[in-house]
Amino acid sequence: MRHLTIYALRFLLYILLAAPPLLFAAYAFSTRWFFPAPFPAEWTTAAFARVLRDSRTLSSAAQGLGIALTVSLLSLILALPAARVLGLRKFRGRQTAWLLLFLPTVVPPLAIGMGLNILFLRLGLAGTLTGVTLAHLLPTLPYTIFTLAGSFARFDENYEFQALALGANPFQIFLHITLRMLAPSLLTAALFAFLISWSQYLLTLLIGGGQVLTLPLLLFSAASGGNPSSIAALSLLFIAPPVLVIALTARALSQHGNEIREQY
Amino acid sequence: MRSHPLFAPWFSLAPALTIVMVLLGASLWYAVAESLGVIGAIGQNQPSFSAYRAAFLPASEFWLSLTFSLWVSLAATILSAAGALILAVWLSERNSGGFALHWNLAFPHLVWSVVLLLILSQSGLFSRWAAALGLISTPAEFPVLVRDRFGIGILLSYIGKEIPFLTITILSVLRSQPVGYDVVAENLGASRWQRLRYITLPQVMPALLAGSLLVFGFIFSSYEVPALLGVGYPRALPVLALRYFLDPDLRLRPTGMVISLVITAVTLVVAVASLRMGEK
Repeated sequence: MRHLTIYALRFLLYILLAAPPLLFAAYAFSTRWFFPAPFPAEWTTAAFARVLRDSRTLSSAAQGLGIALTVSLLSLILALPAARVLGLRKFRGRQTAWLLLFLPTVVPPLAIGMGLNILFLRLGLAGTLTGVTLAHLLPTLPYTIFTLAGSFARFDENYEFQALALGANPFQIFLHITLRMLAPSLLTAALFAFLISWSQYLLTLLIGGGQVLTLPLLLFSAASGGNPSSIAALSLLFIAPPVLVIALTARALSQHGNEIREQY
Repeated sequence: MRSHPLFAPWFSLAPALTIVMVLLGASLWYAVAESLGVIGAIGQNQPSFSAYRAAFLPASEFWLSLTFSLWVSLAATILSAAGALILAVWLSERNSGGFALHWNLAFPHLVWSVVLLLILSQSGLFSRWAAALGLISTPAEFPVLVRDRFGIGILLSYIGKEIPFLTITILSVLRSQPVGYDVVAENLGASRWQRLRYITLPQVMPALLAGSLLVFGFIFSSYEVPALLGVGYPRALPVLALRYFLDPDLRLRPTGMVISLVITAVTLVVAVASLRMGEK
């Protein structure tokens, strides 16, 4: 009996986990599914194809992808030196540096976006890809730094000294020792930055000003009054990268996954 | 040339710190300036508190939105914390659930809200199933669970996302504690309830409180979920702030900024409290 409840609960859990993609698929690939039919009766790819044919869909997906990839790369480049000293060195003001880098995670994106909106309008960055990319760095940088600092704390610098003693130049050391040893957490950090940027709504809206469109913006406006098939089709496109990323990084997530959740 | 060891760390920190401080500092600076009417489209140069007075008038919609936001944030936080506590204790005895808890990271808040819209609206999936079972005959008979006046849809959306977050937080504390206490208490004849009350709860309380405060701050300040799953009146504070900020009537922009600053202040206070809790 006890076993039965556990199996029942497990089953329920798996249903819950699979529910969102299944639900989207049911709505996106069916037609004329009217109340009170409990399940779709007619299957078709017409609705999905219609969403894909809309020129805004693919350009938004491409733009969002481009922004998210740039943001992840920039976050890594900016975070690497910072994470190194935070993870390896004890120095005066270390605590202050942590706190300052922690701040963007607690100041609401709403306030950041509204303030930056004015600044970027003056700088001519509003409505540009550069402006949106810069703004996305604010929520992604802290998490990239925290993730990398965590692995620098377990990093043994003696491997670098060893390579130096054997005559390697700084670039070789960086490429073959530092990057190689950090590869798993570099990948995790980059994926987190990607996820945060990919799903960013408010900052893109407030800085992009309607000229930079990404999938969350399209999905949001569809969900505010579109038809269920288009909403579902857009949702499928929107969750495809996150689902892929989470499935691939299941292992790394058990270490760091909870850290990014609040931004995402 | 080697830099002085006292300053060396700051050279490495400079790129990241500069980006964070310049962008964050500038955004807060402009927010305060616009809330005082010093900059912005109206072109008034004398700082004034008129936007603050307008926002805090007794008849202002601010107070209703504040009440609504406080209700949603508090209720969602408390329900999530309670749910997470039960789930974490249950899971810690079984040593499973790791992947399942992380899986919902794949679905951002926006997507969860869309899921709820599709299953809970009056012509949604559950309404159809209720009709198939003969419980209702028209969509209008299905209870209003999303885009409702009490924010039930908003609550459900946050609870679904925050229970896993808090569960992981509690589980990581429980799994880092030695099992000894629990076993000793059991040997001394403590009941299951007593062990929960006197051993487990005190162990996880600081982490649970710190996590709950973060959750509260997040819910109180986030826009997408109440904008999608809420009604036009009453609307959550962030929804009101953005509506004023983007209003074609430019005189409302400073008031939007004032409300956004209030939200930021609350979030910062809550975050500091959470940090203090986490240190204990």
